[in-house]
Amino acid sequence: MDLSLIIMQLFSGIALAAVLVITALGLTIVFGMLGVVNFAHGALFMIGAYAGLYLASLTGSFWWGLLLAPVLVGAFGMLIEFVLVRRLYGRSIDDPLLLTFGLSYILVEGVRIVFGSDGIPFPTPPQLIGVVDLGVGFFPKYRLFVIALVAVVLLVLWLMLERTRVGLIVRAGARDPQIMRVLGVDIGKVWLAIFGLGVGLAALGGVLAGPMRSVNPEMGTLVLAEAFVVTVIGGLGSIVGAVVAGLMVGICISMVALFAPEMATIVMFALMAAVLLVRPQGLFGLKGRA
Amino acid sequence: MPVYETKSRPAGLSRRKAMMAMSAGVAALAMPRLGRAADDTIRIGFPTPLTGPFAAEARDQVKCAELAVKLVNDKGGIGGRKVELLVRDDKLNAGEAATRTLELIEKDKVHAVVGALSSAVQLAVNEVTRARGVIYVSISQSDTINEVKDFSKFTFHEALNPHMTTAAVARQTLKKGMKVAHLVADYAYGHEMLRGFKRAQASIGAESVGEILHPFGAADYSTFMPRLMSMRPDVLCISNFGRDQANAIKQAVDFGIKQQMKIVVPVILHNQRLAVGADVFEGVVGGANYYWGLETQNKTAAEFNKAFRTANGGAIPTDYGAYGYSGVGSLLQAMQVAGGTDTEKVVAALEGLQYDLTKGPQHYRKCDHQSVQSVLVLESKKKSAMANENDLFAIVANDPGADEMLRSCSELGHAT
Repeated sequence: MDLSLIIMQLFSGIALAAVLVITALGLTIVFGMLGVVNFAHGALFMIGAYAGLYLASLTGSFWWGLLLAPVLVGAFGMLIEFVLVRRLYGRSIDDPLLLTFGLSYILVEGVRIVFGSDGIPFPTPPQLIGVVDLGVGFFPKYRLFVIALVAVVLLVLWLMLERTRVGLIVRAGARDPQIMRVLGVDIGKVWLAIFGLGVGLAALGGVLAGPMRSVNPEMGTLVLAEAFVVTVIGGLGSIVGAVVAGLMVGICISMVALFAPEMATIVMFALMAAVLLVRPQGLFGLKGRA
Repeated sequence: MPVYETKSRPAGLSRRKAMMAMSAGVAALAMPRLGRAADDTIRIGFPTPLTGPFAAEARDQVKCAELAVKLVNDKGGIGGRKVELLVRDDKLNAGEAATRTLELIEKDKVHAVVGALSSAVQLAVNEVTRARGVIYVSISQSDTINEVKDFSKFTFHEALNPHMTTAAVARQTLKKGMKVAHLVADYAYGHEMLRGFKRAQASIGAESVGEILHPFGAADYSTFMPRLMSMRPDVLCISNFGRDQANAIKQAVDFGIKQQMKIVVPVILHNQRLAVGADVFEGVVGGANYYWGLETQNKTAAEFNKAFRTANGGAIPTDYGAYGYSGVGSLLQAMQVAGGTDTEKVVAALEGLQYDLTKGPQHYRKCDHQSVQSVLVLESKKKSAMANENDLFAIVANDPGADEMLRSCSELGHAT
């Protein structure tokens, strides 16, 4: 097998991983900090794509859609937390799971009613149409942009969590919310913000995926499954885990596509099973958490 | 509606009494159904995937099937009997389809079943209708039910089959010595299309340089693109359906595949072209059973479009919609000939029927009940060449129907 082909395949895999990582990150943050398994995450990914497309058509520019959709959908996420999810804290983990599961149906059906059940074209931004010669082959400009943008978002998130006071509160809140309350931190506000951030990341994933796939009401279903696989491999609640596992899954899918293309979907589940056999808590998960 | 009365029941009413009222209500609801079965309305069952990835195609099928029924009813029905279409959601699931079909037959007492879109669902419906001796006209583009293993005298296939479309498309796009690569959905539909293309390829003298099977319903195709490009083919045949087609073509275009090779599909889908836009589909060639633009060269198509426009506020019928019309329409014509719903007589009438509903003469071949019909080959227009928003495709070829287009009766295992 030709080396340039393998390098091309590596790039495809990383581009695939970029969207996976962003989406899984939202899921894992919300679980890690709030203990909520958000089954509406895939639907919110889809809402993000529709919001991005709608805002882009309203403003005439993809960039406004990319900027505003995660913010607005993130705000919508905060509303969901405030009105619905908040009431279920402290109860069994199944309760918010069922709530968000039902919510996902409402969101998908709502989009079907407003935008119809057919797919809608999401044009690639004109600046990013075309391919770049990587020396080993041609690669779409847009996918390179997605890789770069996701790298920047990850860096910002990391700095925020590790280097700021807000990040400190968030990390401490995940460990022991009760002590935080005693120390006078309004943990409810932190949770509100975290849920909004998680949903905003799902929406960002959706906008980024839009120009690569057609936009349709069911586009979040598969993404949710993929995001869950990534979070489970990485360890539920682990941010580093989501990044590493996302990259692993993306590259794994891509390499398997080269040798046994019909196995491309199965491979991530096989990878998950293999990881769980060796480390039941996932690669970076804490014992007793998973 | 008796059921609603339970909502306003007085507070003092006991649970038992409420239950009795409810069951009386249910019984009252069920009564008209029993009554209806005894009247002389002709009922046609129509399972189709109203929810799921093929919902757009399914809705078009329903609209056209309803139109076919309406036109017959407007002219006084069949021998004075009104026709009723009973649409059911098969959810693109074989089990669901079998259950719904069984219900249609046992409870709703339908006289025949038309419909199904996916190959697996079609087989499930056929299984049920065959066992109960009910006529089934399939409008799925897979033709496994024509093979002797699944065939019965009650089984009819109105849609095009993979062999017909791939042969017509290959004739227009492949030449001797060309190199062809295949990207194929890994399930019955994809495999049948691949088989068709390879057979056409062999007869033309084109050469296969590689096949990639992709999982059904995959969202990402980027991982297949570098390898497809490294095969350096002249033509890339993408054999998949629905959103898979839209996503695969879109991502192939992102990788600049169209600068290197021509993209060809067995069946080019109206709704998927709408879903990803003109720029992406530009230059893609594929087969079709119907395209509204046929109206400029075909009188039947013009009439069908006109009837559809009148019934649907000026909208145009799509490829899959036309199947709903011709599937139900041909059955109703046969019932006219048979003078009613007697299954044996309708089967005989269908076998002898010459019909022309959407695009020119068609008939069911005797041995396997496959509809012999014309095949269109379409090329997606570029945006600047479109006269209006419905002007999606140019008609590259319109091959008239002929028995030679089909696999022979003996190849399918039928006695000749």
